[in-house]
Amino acid sequence: MDTLVLLTMTGLGLGALYFLIASGLSLIFGLMDVLNFAHGALLSVGAYACWWAASGHLPGAGPHGAGFVLAVAFGVVTGTLAAVALEVGVVRPLYARPREQVLANVGVGLAVPALLSGIWGSDARTFPVPDALSGTVTLLGARVPANRILLIGCALAVLVGLRVLLGRTRAGLVVRAGVQDRAMVSALGIDVRRAFTLVFALGGALAALGGALGGVYFGEVDPGQGTSLLIYAFVVVVVGGMSSVTGAAAACVAVGLLQQFANYFTTAGLGDLAVVVLLAVVLLVRPRGLMGRLT
Amino acid sequence: MSSNPPRDAVDRTHPARGTRGLLRLWPAALLIAAAAVPFGSFPLPGLLAGPVGSPGNLQLLALCLLFGALATGYDLLLGRTGLLSFGHVLYFAFGAYATNTVMLEAHLPFPVAALIGVLAGTALSAVLGAVSLRVSGIGFSMVTLAFAQAFSIVVSRDPGGLTGGEEGRAAPAGLLPGGFVGIDHTADLYWLALGCLLLTLGVSAWALRSPLGRVWDGISQNEQRVEVLGLRPYGFKLTAFVIAGALAAFAGTVHLLLTGGATPGTTTTDFSLSLLVMVVLGGSGSRWGPMIGGILYTWADQRLSDVAGSGAVASLPGVLRVPLSQPLFLLGALFVVIVAVLPGGLARLPARIAVVRRGRTVRTEPPPDAPPAAQGAVGTARAGDRHGA
Repeated sequence: MDTLVLLTMTGLGLGALYFLIASGLSLIFGLMDVLNFAHGALLSVGAYACWWAASGHLPGAGPHGAGFVLAVAFGVVTGTLAAVALEVGVVRPLYARPREQVLANVGVGLAVPALLSGIWGSDARTFPVPDALSGTVTLLGARVPANRILLIGCALAVLVGLRVLLGRTRAGLVVRAGVQDRAMVSALGIDVRRAFTLVFALGGALAALGGALGGVYFGEVDPGQGTSLLIYAFVVVVVGGMSSVTGAAAACVAVGLLQQFANYFTTAGLGDLAVVVLLAVVLLVRPRGLMGRLT
Repeated sequence: MSSNPPRDAVDRTHPARGTRGLLRLWPAALLIAAAAVPFGSFPLPGLLAGPVGSPGNLQLLALCLLFGALATGYDLLLGRTGLLSFGHVLYFAFGAYATNTVMLEAHLPFPVAALIGVLAGTALSAVLGAVSLRVSGIGFSMVTLAFAQAFSIVVSRDPGGLTGGEEGRAAPAGLLPGGFVGIDHTADLYWLALGCLLLTLGVSAWALRSPLGRVWDGISQNEQRVEVLGLRPYGFKLTAFVIAGALAAFAGTVHLLLTGGATPGTTTTDFSLSLLVMVVLGGSGSRWGPMIGGILYTWADQRLSDVAGSGAVASLPGVLRVPLSQPLFLLGALFVVIVAVLPGGLARLPARIAVVRRGRTVRTEPPPDAPPAAQGAVGTARAGDRHGA
């Protein structure tokens, strides 16, 4: 029972991490038809910015308490700015050339981790984890690491926040309408390109938050972390229906749990394999994914 | 990489037919030069360290030629048929791992093992291609990525000690052909890599000239129209996938000889994406572009690392030193620039220059001999333009 609870919470925590990456990915894909291969780079940028601030380089920020919150906020802001720079500098000039957009993002996805390892080395750096998050919490008789609770809480807050943003605000309305029919929204006289920048900024912020929380979860950051998580985020996006935030949320729970349980109860590594095979199977059986459009 | 000057010359020498005819032979001249490289004892300062024919340089050049071959084969999918596969290195790595495993476990000699490896790689590409091609567009890219990633995970987990995990597995020296083992025989390995490149170029040119290649061209431009003509694209796309897979598996067995073992680095997504970068950098959909890209990328990746370790770079201030010490950063940035400003890649550069130069001549005084020059420029431009269309 203890093991089951621990595995479930770990799986959900991992799923929460996937959700933070996948929600931005699926919004960008839904609106712009761009599968953003640079999303892992945005996550790494956020993770390194947070690590840099928390290691005492930013005045006021530190590894504990309010200082750590400030460090995470700094990481999120850096990730947002990086995403906006990516959209304005690389993606926007290639508007109407979707394949080149994918290729350019692949280039950015290769170049940014290389730059990060040039600056801070290619070895993993220890991430400063606050005392409050390094302990365990007793849940249903099992001792669960506290950071799992934090990750799940953050992902739930992001899910609710996204639904409110998409469902109750004008900007969200434009994004939802753009996902359904971009040409029609432009025809109605609304500048969809501003929505492009918005979803990129949003995606970058969430990916950076994922990077900071991923640092807490794994206890370290390395330049390739974002790229290796990106593949699982792709799985989540595809299984969740390519452009649906709710679908992505459901898919990341399934993927995280499947990965953890398969890794524990069968051979280590079989869970990772199962998830990757799941991606192929879902695409082949239901090319549109399991959920419908954005809801 | 050295093909640019001759082609530029073709554009300029339109009046003299004889010279032009001779200049058409530049691939043959280049081939003779390439085959003679192991005998070269002169240095190429800046480009290579030490004499051209030294074992270290031959090893690097062989790797360049081999990746040029791999990129040329991959472009049959990417540039010629319009299939954006993110998992092409799977067949390359599988060819190497299968050959190595057959040698290590069944103790068969290399030629037999290589034959089995290539056949197994071809069969795998037929099966996985048949499955992947059921979806199109970005879905196809994702499925191919998933299969390659699955193989990468299997290799790193080392099932039953067959793959050697993170370390890879060295080939059994006793079973390898004697002429291809050891530092004394680097020249043989170089010629083998050159042969692999020639084979790939030959198969690719033959396939593209056949009716098959015409249909591929049609599919890459407009798949629905091909269907309207009464052809089923699926079979043609699968043929492209299997031919490219077989060529990759063969290149994999050569890589096994060249590096003396199967390494997990060849299975990773990063390597898949590097292959994509090679092709697009050189010029997807052109005859020489992918080869140029593969050679240039491999050379730059290797040489920039060497330069980064040198004193000249180490003494620079951090703002310059950090980016310069990361070849992948420079290549990634160059790739983004090429994608944005030079669709068609480096292979299209001479045509671009010709167009700019022609624009200038026309503006100053329209010369009577302008049309042939224009024709030449348009011809080259079209060769490199397929990817953009």
